[in-house]
Amino acid sequence: MDHFPGNWGQPRSRDDHVFSSTDYFPGHNAYDVGSRAASGPAQRTQQPMVTGTSVLGITFKDGIMLAADTLASYGSLARFRDVQRIIKVGDSTLIGASGEVADFQYIEHILETLTIQEYDHDDGQKLSPRHIYEYLSRVMYGRRSNFNPLWNSLIVGGVKDGDRFLGFVDLQGTTYQSSTIATGYGAYIGQPLLRKAVEGREDELTEEEARKVLEDVMRVLFYRDARSLNKIQIATVTAAGSKITEPYELQTEWAFAEGVRGYGA
Amino acid sequence: MSSIGTGYDLSSSTYSPDGRIFQVEYAFKAVDNSGTAIGIRARDGVVLAVEKLVQSKLLVPGSNKRIQSADSHVGVATAGLLADGRHLVTRIREEAQQYRDFYRSKIPGKVIAERAAGYVQAFTLYSSVRPFGISAILATVDRDGPQLYMVEPSGVYYGYKGTAIGKGKQVAKTELEKLKLGELSCREAVKEAARIIYTVHDDVKDKDFELELSWVCEESGGRHEFVPKDLAAEAERAAKASLEDEMDED
Repeated sequence: MDHFPGNWGQPRSRDDHVFSSTDYFPGHNAYDVGSRAASGPAQRTQQPMVTGTSVLGITFKDGIMLAADTLASYGSLARFRDVQRIIKVGDSTLIGASGEVADFQYIEHILETLTIQEYDHDDGQKLSPRHIYEYLSRVMYGRRSNFNPLWNSLIVGGVKDGDRFLGFVDLQGTTYQSSTIATGYGAYIGQPLLRKAVEGREDELTEEEARKVLEDVMRVLFYRDARSLNKIQIATVTAAGSKITEPYELQTEWAFAEGVRGYGA
Repeated sequence: MSSIGTGYDLSSSTYSPDGRIFQVEYAFKAVDNSGTAIGIRARDGVVLAVEKLVQSKLLVPGSNKRIQSADSHVGVATAGLLADGRHLVTRIREEAQQYRDFYRSKIPGKVIAERAAGYVQAFTLYSSVRPFGISAILATVDRDGPQLYMVEPSGVYYGYKGTAIGKGKQVAKTELEKLKLGELSCREAVKEAARIIYTVHDDVKDKDFELELSWVCEESGGRHEFVPKDLAAEAERAAKASLEDEMDED
């Protein structure tokens, strides 16, 4: 706070700082930042460090279902094996993320900020999945336009007022909506399987069938994707609300490995 | 009003010869003219209740709320100048968000109360500004459980088990003292709060009022919310009934 009342209300006294909450943190505002010349030309992130692999999303009769494993890799190292990569935003939206885990944690933070601001307004309006998707895609595109992207591919899924929504947005700000979506490695191997199982049957698939589809595709991905894990979470959102399962293990079959040349005996 | 005409009440940056700051005392008067607000710290949460005096029948019901949310787990009830209340809550929201950005966790009740009070106190120091014409009751649930604080126009703040501000604060406080505040559940506290507001309301001087009831508790999932409609209606009904019982006894 400016403790010199003489400066208050003066046109050139940086009036906006008089009541700023950054008062408690000197150096927090742009005026205090020293010369940048010493650190050389500006540099940006060129690659993600700690990453999550594929996320799957499908539409079924009553809503949307997402699946992801719980691995956060450090390069090819399976560094963190119990990271939740699907989150709830409000009561009716889920977001799954592949790519940089740190960036996803930041996204989680800004969405929490947004949710609180909306809640504080107390106007009886709640953010729908479409609102959150629109906001997120603007953030992602804005960041890439500043050459400082958030290194993620995200799936937003939700149900509000009988409206099912499933959308994709990535680090370039690319967006599309579809009844099946897969990110990362899953976009190559998982997506065709999801399309075959889901497309044209969006209004017929039951919750059990949808879960089976996702488990089967996650199993295929675990067999083929070297950055994946057999510990997964499945998240469901329906008109009744959203839930995310605890991480559980997929059953896999490795007896065939015996017969693979150069792998078995 | 011995202070008037002495010249010591024109600025909050000037003491009177006996060590008082009249502008701050006037701010307290602004609070005392307002409809009552009370806060109860129960066993499992905190309840806020406000007697919102309705200025005009033309107003849309539910407008000019005096209980506001400052964060998911922070509720603020004010008594005094409505606009000052809104300004303070805006500041409290900034502080709560700033804490979230910096520590990535919810701001504790103690910290938000301290920051709110610090801001209010700054307005008692300069001749160029006027002190806040409000007292604010802050309700939170944090890691240490339910917390209730009240900030006064002087910038003084304390933690309470139960507190009241505004017109009916004296009567409300005596009613609060009769309750076993450590043992009360939130559901019980809602009913007591509604009853106290109805007891305190003076329908000779003030005509209409709306009852605002909010809580932060286990039942609301640690969030600050207005009390569900059915429970609020039940509490209001019980409050009216107990008032009529009293009338019959008289």
